[in-house]
Amino acid sequence: MLARIVTFAIDGIDPRQVWVEVDIRSGLPAFTIVGLGDVAVRESRDRIRSAIANSGFEFPQTRITANLAPAFLRKVGPGFDAALAVGVLAASEQVPAEALSAYAVFGELSLSGELRDSPGALAVAEGARRAGLGRLIVPRERAREAALVQDLEVAGVSSLREAAEVLAGSAFPPLPAPSARDTGVGGATGAGGAAAEPDLADIRGHAAPLLALEIAAAGGHNLLFEGAPGTGKTMLARRIPSILPAMTRAEAIEVTRIHSIAGLHAAGLIGARPFRAPHHTISSSGLVGGGTVPRPGEATLAHHGVLFLDELAEFQRTTLDALRQPLEDGYVTIVRGQRALVFPTRFMLVAATNPCPCGFAGVDDRCRCGEVDLRRHSRRLSGPLLDRMDLLINVERPTEQDLRAPAQTSSARARERVAHARERQRFRLAGSAARCNGEMDSRLVRRHIRLEEAAEDALAQAYAVGALSARGRHRVLRVAQTIADLSGHARVTHGDLLTALSLRQRGEAERTLAA
Amino acid sequence: MNVPACGRCLARSWLVARLAGHIDKARSRIEQVLALDDEELIEAVGGREKAHVEREFEGVDVDALRGRACDAGLDALCRCDPAYPAGLLALAGPPAVLYVAGDLERVVDLISGDALLDDAVAIVGARRATGYGLDVARSLGRGLAVAGMTVVSGMAVGIDSAAHAGALDAGMPTVAVLPGPADRPYPASRRALHRRIVAGGGAAVSEIPPGTSVWRWMFPARNRIIAALAAMTVVVEAGERSGSLVTARLAYDIWRPVGAVPGRVTTPQAAGSNALLASGRASVVRGAQDVLDRLFGVGERIAPEPRRPPPPAELAPLLAAIAEGHETAAAALARAGFDADRGLAALAALELAGFVTRAAGGRFRVAS
Repeated sequence: MLARIVTFAIDGIDPRQVWVEVDIRSGLPAFTIVGLGDVAVRESRDRIRSAIANSGFEFPQTRITANLAPAFLRKVGPGFDAALAVGVLAASEQVPAEALSAYAVFGELSLSGELRDSPGALAVAEGARRAGLGRLIVPRERAREAALVQDLEVAGVSSLREAAEVLAGSAFPPLPAPSARDTGVGGATGAGGAAAEPDLADIRGHAAPLLALEIAAAGGHNLLFEGAPGTGKTMLARRIPSILPAMTRAEAIEVTRIHSIAGLHAAGLIGARPFRAPHHTISSSGLVGGGTVPRPGEATLAHHGVLFLDELAEFQRTTLDALRQPLEDGYVTIVRGQRALVFPTRFMLVAATNPCPCGFAGVDDRCRCGEVDLRRHSRRLSGPLLDRMDLLINVERPTEQDLRAPAQTSSARARERVAHARERQRFRLAGSAARCNGEMDSRLVRRHIRLEEAAEDALAQAYAVGALSARGRHRVLRVAQTIADLSGHARVTHGDLLTALSLRQRGEAERTLAA
Repeated sequence: MNVPACGRCLARSWLVARLAGHIDKARSRIEQVLALDDEELIEAVGGREKAHVEREFEGVDVDALRGRACDAGLDALCRCDPAYPAGLLALAGPPAVLYVAGDLERVVDLISGDALLDDAVAIVGARRATGYGLDVARSLGRGLAVAGMTVVSGMAVGIDSAAHAGALDAGMPTVAVLPGPADRPYPASRRALHRRIVAGGGAAVSEIPPGTSVWRWMFPARNRIIAALAAMTVVVEAGERSGSLVTARLAYDIWRPVGAVPGRVTTPQAAGSNALLASGRASVVRGAQDVLDRLFGVGERIAPEPRRPPPPAELAPLLAAIAEGHETAAAALARAGFDADRGLAALAALELAGFVTRAAGGRFRVAS
C-alpha cells in the first residue's frame, strides 16, 4: 500500500515542500530510501525501525520503499525522520492514511520513539501555511515557535506515539505555556528580555561617542570605533541594538526563522534586534554564508540587527571583501552547483579598531609604532569597507570624574529620539528604495538634502582645503541630515554640518604624511 | 646631461662601486676606508680579487661611465670642479664624484661654493619617529626654508621625510642625500617624495654611480655627506643607537655646530637626541630661530613668523585647551567646558579654519 505525507526541507533559509512517499510490497524484508538524501537521511532507516518498535507499533517485515520528492532537491539532516516514520505507519495501516492529507510532519526521532528538538520549525510552519495545509506536527519544544504563523493548527508532540494519536484524531495537545527559555515575548513591539539587555544607562563618560551612537542609530549609519584597548568600544557597540527602533512583527518573524534554522534560539518570537560579533579568525563563508550545503553566515544572522567586527584590522582582507555585496545590496547570493541561494543581509555594520598596531597612537610616551607600522595598519583598514563607514568615533578612556558621575542618558530616552528621527526620514524617503539616511545613494542625497547657507559655505570650505574626498562629502551630508532630523531642523544647519564633519573619517591626505 | 667630471674622479667612483661588496666587510671603519687612495683601497679590501680589480681599474672606460650617468638622467660633479660643494672638502675622504638628479644649474647655487656653509641645514632623525617628532621636523623644515635656508636630509622614512616635506610645504627646494644611486629612490616607498624634491627645484644627490646596489656601508657614508654639506646638523629624534647620532658625530668631528630638539625623557625614540643634549655637544633647538641664532649670532637673522588671525572668541577656550595639551576631543571639551553637542561642531570649526589638525587616534594638535 502507498502512503503520502508532506514535510519540508530547509533550503538556505527557505522551506521547500517535500513529499514523503512510502510504499509497502510483499517481498524480502528491506527498507530503502531514495530521493537524494544525505548520510543522515540514510541513517534514519535505523532510527525509524527502532522508534516504531519502541513506540508499541510493529515494523512491517516486508519490502519498504520510501521516496523523498522532488528528487532533484538535496535533502539534508534528520528532520525527515518523523514524516518517514508516519509514512511507514500509514502504509502499514497502523494510522489512518486519509488523515495525512491535512498534515505536515517535521522532526527528528530518537531510538526510543521520542521526537527530538529540531531546528527550523518556524520556516517549516511558514511552508505549511503557504502550501495550504491546516495542521502541523512538530517537536514539542518547537510548538510555540511554529505557532507564530497564523491560520495554522500546531500540535507539539513529544513522541511518535503522540503524533499517531493526533493523526488518529484521539488527542490534540494544547500549546505549551511560555517557558523561561523563551528568548522573547511574542508581542508586536517585542521589547523582550529588557532586564538582561545592556542599556546606555550603564555608560559613564563617553559624551561624544554617546552622541555619535545616537546619530548612527537614527540614520542607520555604519560606524567605526577607533580607540586604545580597554576604552569601551565593545561596551558601546553592544548597546546599539537597545536604541534602534523596535522590529516590526514581520521583521521579528524573519529574524526568528533565520535563528531557528541556525539552531541558535530557544523558543518563541525573538524581540530584540540581533547583535552578532564574530571573531576575527572567521572565514568568508562563515561571515556571509556558504558551505557545500549553504548555511546562513554571520551577516545573515545579523539581519535587521547589528554586525560587530571587533579588531577590524585583524580580519582577513578576503573575508572583509566578501562583505561588499551584502553591504551594497542588502542580500548575498551563494551559488552552489546549478542553484543560487539568496540570504538577506540588512544589518548595521559596526567595527572597532585600534588606531595603530600597539593601540596607543598619539600618546607619545606609550605608542611604540613607527610610521611604517602606521602605514601598514591604515593600508589594512583602507578599501571598500571604509567607504561604507559614515561615522568615525574616537573612543577615549573615561576619567575618574566621569566614572563617578551619574548616567547621562538611557536607552529608552535615546530610542525615543531615534524613533522620532526615523519617522521624519520615512516620511521624506517614502517611495524610494532607502528607508533611512544611511541607505541614501548619491542621487537621493542630491534630491533630499537641503543645507542652510552657512552650512553650504562650511561644506565648500572643507572640500576646498582637502579635508574631504568626493565620497567623504556624501558621507558627511548623510550624517548631517540625520543630525538635523534628530534636532528637528528642516534644513541642515551650520552646527549640524560641523558636528557631522567632526565625526568623519580622516581623509587620505591626512592618513599619510605628504610624501 | 652635463657630466663635467674628470676621468680620474669617475674612475675612482667606479672603483668604490666595484669594491662595494668588499668595503661592506670593513664598514666599521668606513671613514678611514673611504679616505684611502685608489691603490691603498684595492690593497686594503680587495682580498683575493686584488690583482683582477687592479687590471680592470687600469682599463676602465671613462666615457662609458659618463654615458651611463647620462642615461640615468644624472649630472655629475667631481672634486676637481670649482662648482664642487666646498663643505665636502672638510671630509677626510670627500666623494670623488657627486651624482645629481635635478637641475644642475640651480643645484650648484644651492650646494656649492662658500655660500653653502651658511645656507644649508641638515635635519635628521629616527625612522620610527613619534607624531610629535614628525610635527617638529616638518615645521622646522618649513621654518628654515621660509628663512631662506636649504634643508638637507636623507629622505629616509620618518623624520627625514618630514623635514623634506616641510621645506616643500614652504615651496622651497630641498636636497636629499641618498645611500644608493641618486636616480633611484631609497627606500622605494619614497618614490613620490623623490619626484617632488626634483620637481621642486631641489636635488637628490649621491656619491654612488647609477646601477650600483645598496650596501650597508653606504648609510654611514651617506651620513658623512649630509654632515659635510650642511653648516649645521639638527637631530630631531634619535634612539640610542640611531644612525642620526653618527651624522651628529661626523658633523661635530668636522667642527660644524650640532643641535638637537629636546624630546620626552620617557620616549625611547628621543633617548639618543636627549643624550646628545645632556653631553653638551648639541645645543637646544626649539625651532628655526634657534638654528639661525646659532649660525649667525643671536638676533642677526629673524625667522619669519607665520601670521595667523586670532580664533573667533567663542572658540578661543577650546583652542587654549588643546594648546595646553588636552589632545583628545573628550579632554579638550571637558577642559573648555563644552558639551558634546556644541563641542564637536566647535572642534570641526577649528580644524576647518586651520587652527588645529587631527592626528592619528583622533588627537588634536595646534597647527604649526
